[in-house]
Amino acid sequence: MSADPVALIPDVERPAQAPAPKEHVLRRLARDPLALISMVYLAIIVVVGLGAPLLAPHSPNHVDLTLTNAAPFTSEFLLGGDASGRDILSRLLWATRGTLLACVVVLVVSTVVGVVGGLLAGYFQGRAETVASWVSDAIMALPGIVLLIALYTVIGPSIITAMAVFGLLIAPSNFRLVRAVVAGMRNELYVDAAKVSGLPDWRIIFRHVLLAVRAPIIIQSGFVLAAGIGIQAGLEFLGLGDPRTPSWGGILQQSFTTIYLNRGAVVAPALLVCFTTLAFVLLANALRDVLQSGSRHRPLTSRQLAAARASVVTPEAEPGPADDALLTVRSLRIGYPDGAGGVRQVVSGVGLSVRRGEIHGLVGESGSGKSQTAFAVLGLLPKDAIVLGGSVLFDGADLLADRDAARAARGARIAYVPQEPMSNLDPTITIGRQLTAGLRAVRRLSKREAREHLLRLLGRVGIADPETVFDLYPHQISGGMAQRVLITGAIAGDPDLIVADEPTTALDVTVQADVLELLRELRDERGLGMVLVTHDLGVVADICDTVSVMHDGEIVECQPVRALFTSPREPYTRELLSSALDPEEMP
Amino acid sequence: MTDATTLLRVEHLDVAYASRRRQAKVIDDVGFDLAAGETLGLVGESGSGKTTIGRAILGLAPVSSGRIEFEGRDVTRLTRRERRGAARGIQAIFQDPYSSLNPAMTIADILVEPIQDVGSAQKRERVRQLLDAVGLPADSGHRHAREFSGGQRQRIAIARALALEPRLIICDEPTSALDMTTQTRVLGLLREIQQRTSVAYLFISHDLGVVRAMSDRTAVLLHGRIVELGSAEQIAEQPEHPYTRRLQLATPVADPVLQAQRREQRLRVLREQGLTDEPKGPAWTSN
Repeated sequence: MSADPVALIPDVERPAQAPAPKEHVLRRLARDPLALISMVYLAIIVVVGLGAPLLAPHSPNHVDLTLTNAAPFTSEFLLGGDASGRDILSRLLWATRGTLLACVVVLVVSTVVGVVGGLLAGYFQGRAETVASWVSDAIMALPGIVLLIALYTVIGPSIITAMAVFGLLIAPSNFRLVRAVVAGMRNELYVDAAKVSGLPDWRIIFRHVLLAVRAPIIIQSGFVLAAGIGIQAGLEFLGLGDPRTPSWGGILQQSFTTIYLNRGAVVAPALLVCFTTLAFVLLANALRDVLQSGSRHRPLTSRQLAAARASVVTPEAEPGPADDALLTVRSLRIGYPDGAGGVRQVVSGVGLSVRRGEIHGLVGESGSGKSQTAFAVLGLLPKDAIVLGGSVLFDGADLLADRDAARAARGARIAYVPQEPMSNLDPTITIGRQLTAGLRAVRRLSKREAREHLLRLLGRVGIADPETVFDLYPHQISGGMAQRVLITGAIAGDPDLIVADEPTTALDVTVQADVLELLRELRDERGLGMVLVTHDLGVVADICDTVSVMHDGEIVECQPVRALFTSPREPYTRELLSSALDPEEMP
Repeated sequence: MTDATTLLRVEHLDVAYASRRRQAKVIDDVGFDLAAGETLGLVGESGSGKTTIGRAILGLAPVSSGRIEFEGRDVTRLTRRERRGAARGIQAIFQDPYSSLNPAMTIADILVEPIQDVGSAQKRERVRQLLDAVGLPADSGHRHAREFSGGQRQRIAIARALALEPRLIICDEPTSALDMTTQTRVLGLLREIQQRTSVAYLFISHDLGVVRAMSDRTAVLLHGRIVELGSAEQIAEQPEHPYTRRLQLATPVADPVLQAQRREQRLRVLREQGLTDEPKGPAWTSN
């Protein structure tokens, strides 16, 4: 392909996942009833705060001594009168404005200080981070309410100053959040790409970093506002507010002092503070769900599920499993909710059979359904996967229908070798303990017997010093050795079938060759059947006896390995084979 | 050899990271040069330092000693501002097309990010040209990266690298996250761009097949050193260094009959070399 017509062929790659059109955040929020109620409530509070002069029936200092301590709903003062004969409703409405202003002050101060500090500390790290973290820790160690009371004695009753200081006191929560996000994305390749194209740091921070912290900051703001309301009301309740202007906390405090004379008067200001705090918290929670949840797919109802299952065409009676088959998969269909009440099939009618001593390759590209098929055999499909039909016959039992049989077989008779050896070992437990726990879960052995058995196997899989490796933690061994450990775990229970999901993809080629050699030897020694999922045609050619080629959830072709490579029947197989690059021959 | 066409020259490059007690040398006395329009393959296993060499040339990894020269100018230790002037001719395509594109930005924003000093009409025109150059539909500009498949994303990353009209692109495993058939198309695109623009590639990969298909010359890395450097044919057909031979024979080929022979040959070579286990390298590095 030296003239390269290939590059001019229109791109036929399918998008990884057909993305649902992204709905506007507000519309998605509005679908959550609690969020909707919160938003409407908060909108009303804002309107009331701004429109208090028009809405309030009286001025906040209008006094009618005949209505002193009037109970709610008994006079023209709808929510009752206070100890000085003022209308509680009017005073609450007038106070709303001050509350909103205080909230804005807290939010602005805490966000500006926290975000700027977090951005700088997270992006530049080094000394900037050391200093900023020290200051942040010091602030967090200060007792907030005590500090605010002390502040009152110095500056007098200025609730705005107090709230600004409070904003500073809670800035560390924003700081820590932003620093963590930025430190995480600092090593993202797109930040490197921006550096390579010569962009100055401040531009990278503004374009890339700020975009990444936007969502968590918006969510955090809801909690900051809720805390602001609580603290402001608390300070005023303690009498630290300005007595000349009405405030929610102040009104609550005045009503509280006359609670024996007028029980109902505390209800309105208390509920107002509670509901407003609650609305901010609920809204922040709903925002978190909308902005940060990856999957928006709702699970199917049972009726939708039944409809999906019914729509699957049941195949005609198939021949029973071959006599010597160890594993037979028949007409397997697996789907996932598509988010619109339907099911998207990822495996559509797959059938294969594996004999003892056979290594059966399941080859295909990403999204072809090969891993889903393997996980179905293991009974390890993700939670939202839906088995639409088919059977997995192992030793006379249908593992899909008979959960007990599946559980009994898994680990003991069907073992699993995963793709990423490191992430399949628990970093906090020694290799020996992990292997022992796994083995004793399926075989009744004493700890000592298990240890001896495992040491023998570790030696068998090519680990030079099993005794030492037994007591190491996973981070102390290489990836190739970790895969040998996992293979040890897989064969320890003396299984009949091994399902290996890209067992060498994460390994270097020289290590891969050794691991493939080992798998082949184990197969010969123990007569194991093996399902080997891979995308690498070289691996297929090296180790498989039979190959099933998967494409779009179906097996398009199944042949013995030599026949497949010499005379592929399907165009897709031919395309796949032609894409293999030889390390020695020029294509 | 000072050659008029030499684009990049790397001499005695060392990269070391200070760990808790001692310095860990990741790159040890590496040197090579690269001519305009040429492709040099850099092949090695994890921990061999191949990615670090690319990052050092891009100014993303600290150079301990040695010299990197681009178009006759020393670019070993440039500030970002100096880099914008002297080294904008070096761009990069990274391995992971998922994390190399900011998910929050549109494709048009990603593509014009490097070129900020022109008007918006020119930017639009440039986006159209770049998308066209990598075979993506012209209306892709207003979409986000998540709406594209892995292969399409890698095309976008290639378009971004082309935005500054570079003379050298560091390709760090550009296809190892892609499917086989997609890989074929992306490699074809890279070759077609090279024919059109005479850009040079430093092509970093762990896959000998890919390196063979792309390179004019190949350098083989082991533990931070170049153990063998030669023409792509020579490395593929008559490797001299024992490690290169082991690497060659360990790479499986998509032919069951041939592969069975190679397997035997590999075991024989391992016995000859007195090696039966994996090479000992840093256990935890990844690339």
